[in-house]
Amino acid sequence: MSRLFPFHGGLKTVRHKTESNQQAIRPAPVPRRLVVPLRQHIGAIAKPLVQPGDRVLKGQMIGQAEGYISAAVHAPTSGVVTALDQRPVPHPSGLADWCVTVESDGEERWVERKPVDYHRLHPSELRNLLRNAGVVGLGGAAFPSAVKLNLSGHCDRLETLILNGAECEPWITCDDRLMRERAAGIVAGLHIIAHLLEPREVLIGIEDDKPEAIAAMTAACAGTGYQVRVVPTRYPSGSVKQLVKLLTGRETPVDGLPVDVGVQCFNVATAHTIHRAVDYGEPVISRVVTVTGQVRQPGNVEALLGTPFVELVELCGGYQDGVERLIMGGPMMGFALHGDEVPVTKATNCILAASAEQLTPDRPVMPCIRCGACVDVCPANLLPQQLYWHARAKEFDKAQDYHLFSCIECGCCSYVCPSRIPLVQYYRYAKNEIWAQEKEKQKAELARQRHQARLERLEREKQEREAKLRQKAPPRSEPAVAKPTLETAVARAKTSPAPTLETTAETVNRDG
Amino acid sequence: MIAAIVALSALAGVAGLLLGFAAVRFKVEGDPIVDKIDAILPQTQCGQCGYAGCRPYAEAIAAGEADINQCPPGGEAGIVALAELLGRDPKPLNPEHGREKPKMVAVIDEQSCIGCTLCIQACPVDAILGAAKHMHTVIARECTGCELCVAPCPVDCIHMVPIAETITSWKWTCPIADTEVRPSVDRAAA
Ligand code: SF4
Ligand code: SF4
Ligand code: SF4
Repeated sequence: MSRLFPFHGGLKTVRHKTESNQQAIRPAPVPRRLVVPLRQHIGAIAKPLVQPGDRVLKGQMIGQAEGYISAAVHAPTSGVVTALDQRPVPHPSGLADWCVTVESDGEERWVERKPVDYHRLHPSELRNLLRNAGVVGLGGAAFPSAVKLNLSGHCDRLETLILNGAECEPWITCDDRLMRERAAGIVAGLHIIAHLLEPREVLIGIEDDKPEAIAAMTAACAGTGYQVRVVPTRYPSGSVKQLVKLLTGRETPVDGLPVDVGVQCFNVATAHTIHRAVDYGEPVISRVVTVTGQVRQPGNVEALLGTPFVELVELCGGYQDGVERLIMGGPMMGFALHGDEVPVTKATNCILAASAEQLTPDRPVMPCIRCGACVDVCPANLLPQQLYWHARAKEFDKAQDYHLFSCIECGCCSYVCPSRIPLVQYYRYAKNEIWAQEKEKQKAELARQRHQARLERLEREKQEREAKLRQKAPPRSEPAVAKPTLETAVARAKTSPAPTLETTAETVNRDG
Repeated sequence: MIAAIVALSALAGVAGLLLGFAAVRFKVEGDPIVDKIDAILPQTQCGQCGYAGCRPYAEAIAAGEADINQCPPGGEAGIVALAELLGRDPKPLNPEHGREKPKMVAVIDEQSCIGCTLCIQACPVDAILGAAKHMHTVIARECTGCELCVAPCPVDCIHMVPIAETITSWKWTCPIADTEVRPSVDRAAA
């Protein structure tokens, strides 16, 4: 029917959807203790609003959004705050971050919830509401949605609004189940997004391995004008730029965003939380998580944010033998965890207990044979082996010339590399180094300015002291007073070079 | 014909004079090569290079008075960048000037501080706050880790502590030095 515009590369991966998508979403019980990270989104960490000892209600804001790119954080249940400290969070580093610990009182007492009629709100009020409700992208990136709902500065008129239900990662099924079970809520959220963005068309992209979800969404969209577009199962069709290309034929510029070409994209679960936030006054305090792999009863659970992973694993029957590694997210884009005590966050779409057979056999990494397999599969049209050479040689400038920052870390190249080179890890390393160097540079610039300011201040003080001394000294002859001041002024002009403007211009942000 | 040549030559001559005058009269402050060298130096302002700060060292390099391997905070990466800029060969850091160390920040033990202000006078970037006879403290964000405040303190209450790794400063490591390969399920099925 409608045309598709296939993106370059990609992979047919082995699907492991049926392990977890056969049963309905199960609500997870309220844990005794919830550890709620204040940084569950991309951007600035939320500012804590509570202290240990405070009583909180379910849905009460405990962390306030700070800065433009940020989102609020809420108490997932009612109880008492017992700690505000750093605890391990799901992160590849295994490091700790600031969290609010809430001891549940088991009563689940809500704060006052105020549904609003969004037609009556000014767009900026509506965006603020979503920011304060903690709405972020639930596809895994956790980017604050309110920012994406503001087009100003990007394009005058949105051409296409895309709802992303592709869910291309081979093991994850939380969006699949959500679409099957809560299609009406998703479409209600889509109405709100469309109200804010006023797109010319609304497309819903779903991979063809989810017939039930496609049927449910098609039925829910009847009479709305929103079109469900079935896309072939090909990883990474759920990646934003690839889905935009697939559905609209538009190429997102290398250093740009889809919105720059008149397209904006939201995940289905995000639309659902927008609906809950606006039509029910409920902030984001839970999400659907796929628990799969080597667990006895894989499935999808709706968990309160802050629930320890291990409790969800137990809810799903516990670990089977031979779990080698616990992964958050899918096998392609996810990362290995350092423990299972970490809490569910807004970015936790999947907990995968992977067995040794499912993991890369620890075969030795071989040299690159320049076979070009990585080039063929790269959906971002990059030259992965060139990126690899330059990242490895620490030639970060050259890696950037080859558009390192366009790499979406999809893992297709590592997947097909016959030499088993962990390519994506090289790209992550190179990106991190470049960011760190940029930060260092900014810090150095600050130090340079402060040092310069200090030198000028010292010189000024010296002048003042000298001037005072001269004033105290008995005047011998008239010109003697005037002459030294002129001389010192010249000397001062010589010793303190004018602050250079160019140096500040040098630190203007590069990519990232 | 000749008139034209004479007129043009005269014009050219005048223009040349004007340009020459302008070059002298409106000379741009600052030396671009010094600026470029200074931009590479880490701005720690520690003086380990033997100069009173990064800019004096940059001037000395530009004047050919100092070698490019005298800045320990800049480390190997700094030397390589300088070599590239100046078209020279990189060389190892001269150990006479110190060794490359992890980034540090100064911390004042506020209980012991007697408020003598000596550290404020030593800090090259005014990163220490305090007044006479009052407790002093270091603005960690602005401290360059130069260690210049440590020695002057009469009660030894300033310590250099390594900057702790946080979730925002953590970096993926280079896989060469790291045997751990990231998880990848079902590769065999590719
Ligand atoms: S797939 Fe691997 S071996 Fe082949 S060119 Fe790419 S990096 Fe080299
Ligand atoms: S990980 Fe990056 S380089 Fe590799 S295939 Fe994906 S986009 Fe291309
Ligand atoms: S040694 Fe210290 S003062 Fe000298 S250039 Fe390096 S950081 Fe600057």
